Amino acid sequence: MQSGKIDKIWELLNTVPDPEIPVISVVELGVIRNVTFTKNSYVISITPTYSGCPAVKAFQDDIKVCLKDNDIENFELKIVYSPAWTTDWMTEKTKVKLKKYGIAPPSDTVVCPQCDSEETELISEFGATACKALYKCSDCLEPFEFFKCI
Amino acid sequence: MSDLFTYTLRIADSSLILGQRMSMWCSKGPTLEEDIALSNIGLDMFGQANGFYEYAAQLDGTKSADDLAFNRNEREFFNHQLVEQENGHFGITIARNFLHDVFNFLFYTQLANSKDETLAALAAKSLKEVKYHLRHSSNWLIRLGDGTDKSNANIQEGINTMWQFTGELFEMDEIDKQILSAGIGVDNTALKNDWDTLVNNTLQKAKLNRPEDAYMATGGKKGLHTEHLGFILAEMQYLQRAYPDAKW
Repeated sequence: MQSGKIDKIWELLNTVPDPEIPVISVVELGVIRNVTFTKNSYVISITPTYSGCPAVKAFQDDIKVCLKDNDIENFELKIVYSPAWTTDWMTEKTKVKLKKYGIAPPSDTVVCPQCDSEETELISEFGATACKALYKCSDCLEPFEFFKCI
Repeated sequence: MSDLFTYTLRIADSSLILGQRMSMWCSKGPTLEEDIALSNIGLDMFGQANGFYEYAAQLDGTKSADDLAFNRNEREFFNHQLVEQENGHFGITIARNFLHDVFNFLFYTQLANSKDETLAALAAKSLKEVKYHLRHSSNWLIRLGDGTDKSNANIQEGINTMWQFTGELFEMDEIDKQILSAGIGVDNTALKNDWDTLVNNTLQKAKLNRPEDAYMATGGKKGLHTEHLGFILAEMQYLQRAYPDAKW
């Protein structure tokens, strides 16, 4: 019964989008570490991406709303700092989604999401959000964002 | 106040005050990209500060993280005097941040091995971000130092002005020693050699001179500050002071 409910919670979490990159869910982002049942409530362990990412607070609120809307009241969100979040926790499927959305996914070689060229240059290590850097493609000349590896 | 509480609070205070300094660059950066970079670094600093304040609040048991950030006066803040120094021109900001980033990088590398699991986790997390803060400030230091006569003079002025605030980074008072002997804290004195090497190498690449060690300011750990901290707090704490317990 509880494990069924845990599956249900995972399913619901998978519908909560990242507030900054709405094509991926918080589960796909890799920030949900665990869902467990202890005493009388479900504990959802969350590892923040960047310390200063404003989206962390926003998606916590979104998760609360989503679960409450689905009649799940007995839960708590727990922030877990260790091990620190890493882009390695993103699945290949998530990376494909990012690329389709126009963001070069984290990888050792920065590939232009528009024309797949590997001839790209860094414009700035900081982008519109803490997790991204600004690049430009030397072939198609399009500027694009790159999800930094951390 | 327990030693561990004070130790944690000091780390949080330095992050918060430097974050507040960086936020003052928002909309005033020399280019759009740089404006975004400086504000992003500020956000990282606030995030790191928040993690340490939350832990300090948990150790204290009576105050919240917000209480600690917004309801203390300047004599109750324990940040390094270096981080409260005025932004000045871009060269001053970069020099200040560079000197502090090198320290932060070495400090968090050590703190990540702390016996205290929470401090170790927060340090490991912060270290990931400090690495690219250091890359950012180092790159600018080199670009400006090895740029025009004017840019070289400006960044050298920054290094010269901030130098007197770097001695304090390596001080160890009784609290530091207690926490170190418990296997929790960092031996700041032992960071000095690596700090010197990293700073010297980058200054050399940037064609900048290392200032002579002369008068070194001290007092941050005891709550003694330069005149700038009061002004920072007046602005930062205004809303909580005017409307106590206001929530977003």
